[in-house]
Amino acid sequence: MNIVVCVKHVPDAQGDRTFRESDNTTDRANVDGLLSELDEYAVETALQLVEADGGEVTVVTMGPDQASDAIKKALQMGADKGVHICDDALHGSDAVATSLVLAKAIEKLGPVDLVVTGMASTDGTMGVVPAMLAERLGLPQVTFASEISVADGAVTIRRDGDAGSQTIRSGLPALVSVTDQINEPRYPSFKGIMAAKKKPVESWTLADVGVGPDEVGLGAAWTTVSSFAARPPRGAGTIVSDDGTGADQLVAFLSERKFV
Amino acid sequence: MFELPKEYELFRGVVRDFAAAEVAPHVARWDRESYFPTELMPKMGELGLFGLVVPEEYGGADPGEGAFTYLCVAIEELGRVDQSIGITLSAGVGLGINPILTFGSHEQKERWLPDLVAGRALAGFGLTEPEAGSDAGATATTARLEDGQWVVNGSKAFITNAGTPITSVVSVTARTGTKPNGSAEISAIILPNGTPGFTVDPPYHKLGWHISDTHGLSFSDVRVPEENLLGERGHGFRQFLATLDDGRIAISALALGCIQACLEMATEYAKTRIAFGRPIGANQGVSFQISDLAVMAESARVLTYKAAWLKDEHTHGRRSLEEVKRAASIAKLYSTEAAVAATRIATQIFGGNGFMEEYPVARFYRDAKILEIGEGTSEIQRMVLARLLGLPSD
Repeated sequence: MNIVVCVKHVPDAQGDRTFRESDNTTDRANVDGLLSELDEYAVETALQLVEADGGEVTVVTMGPDQASDAIKKALQMGADKGVHICDDALHGSDAVATSLVLAKAIEKLGPVDLVVTGMASTDGTMGVVPAMLAERLGLPQVTFASEISVADGAVTIRRDGDAGSQTIRSGLPALVSVTDQINEPRYPSFKGIMAAKKKPVESWTLADVGVGPDEVGLGAAWTTVSSFAARPPRGAGTIVSDDGTGADQLVAFLSERKFV
Repeated sequence: MFELPKEYELFRGVVRDFAAAEVAPHVARWDRESYFPTELMPKMGELGLFGLVVPEEYGGADPGEGAFTYLCVAIEELGRVDQSIGITLSAGVGLGINPILTFGSHEQKERWLPDLVAGRALAGFGLTEPEAGSDAGATATTARLEDGQWVVNGSKAFITNAGTPITSVVSVTARTGTKPNGSAEISAIILPNGTPGFTVDPPYHKLGWHISDTHGLSFSDVRVPEENLLGERGHGFRQFLATLDDGRIAISALALGCIQACLEMATEYAKTRIAFGRPIGANQGVSFQISDLAVMAESARVLTYKAAWLKDEHTHGRRSLEEVKRAASIAKLYSTEAAVAATRIATQIFGGNGFMEEYPVARFYRDAKILEIGEGTSEIQRMVLARLLGLPSD
């Protein structure tokens, strides 16, 4: 089975994430980045499917130079090869443009049985790219999978909702997005880290995938961020000294906020 | 020149993530209950930690260059979260796997190594005896050859990883005769756990390293096939000496993890703990001590990785054994004494809380002392260095 996993390099949520003053886009240069945690589930899903039935896992990402680290991590986990679409014109691209570039790249890679993505990125958290990508590729979209199996040329997933679970089946090829409930992503093993150094990673420009610079980037974005402000710092808590009414004060605090 | 190459740091990141997720949440309980986490071993195996110095044909992933340095990175990072888990890896590789890998026959390697590398099994190395510690030549355990079998009698003390539920084998040193010059002929023999007459004594009640598995062993007419001889007959002592330098560097890495943990814990605490209306770190009495911790960590780091690098270079014949020996003793001596000092400083910075087991710093305080003792005491290291300096000895 030929599987493509789309991944994103995101600013580390542990770091101080911010926007660039100059154009209100995410600051990706001054903060450490990593493979989006939600995409690790997608990589793990693909690896498990290939380990069971054979095949090849190709990781695709779009982003600046350092985004190749996301590919590297996926290769260390066990993916076979990577494609990095890197082009200055991509800066500021929205989900619509991202889905276009990823779709063109996947088409260029050739026939694919399954496209796997995470349910959303951990920075933008819009969660729309999987649907847009499926639409552009003309593939059935089977999203928010918390369980997956592939047999007899079809993929079956379970999608958990608030009220119940749906089992959804689709013919292949298809696009599946997975949740953080689907598996426990592996740590890269030492062997994996060593092997990843020799795995092929191709770097493609926009021209390589046949997308014009006017179709992507900040200028082509359907939405703009007009301003941003840091979240106000968390205020100091209220300290209740127990003078005999401590319990009453606590209950009053909780009931005021409708916790009790 | 004074930094590890990027791929080592990348590997460090993976081990750090692993330790944070798989070790840190449990260590307080494991320590309190003196529980050996058997279930963690296969996970460490999957990560490849036990196989860093082992060739692929036995299940390992020896990278060719820098294998021992990678191992030190893993020991440091595990030791930064918990010293017992760090020593479990260090001993598992250095004392369990290494003697079999270095001196074992192809059959012995095939039989024992794959499970050890995968973390499905652990092995111990029985050298120390109740009456023979640093003076390893005083070994009293005997092995006599009888009808194609070694018959082993005696006892061993303080043997790491010797009594876990998955311990498969212990290599022990024993007197197998007397040399023409009258000195003891010492050989190493592989004893599978469970062999009749091989008793694993109850676990020790230790000051620290509660999670690490340590037992005394007793042998009463333990019979194993003649081919269980490990390496050459009469070379047991020399073989053991050859693994000493590795062990010292590994302990230095473990001590480095301890110092680094003290530095991080003390820094965080000094920034957030308020006394007299300001963080305690605003007092130079506190901040200067933390500066000293930073110097200790940096010094231990440079000494440890220089020694590890020399060891890897020596493996490829590019550096002499004497250089490794010297660097190993210096690193071990400095790092372990600094680790003990660092835990004392960190605990003091935590004040009363430092005496409470709720704070990991208390566990590090208890765990540090053994570093100055195991794998050659500080005194032995000074003796080694004095000899290398050409100072007179009796």
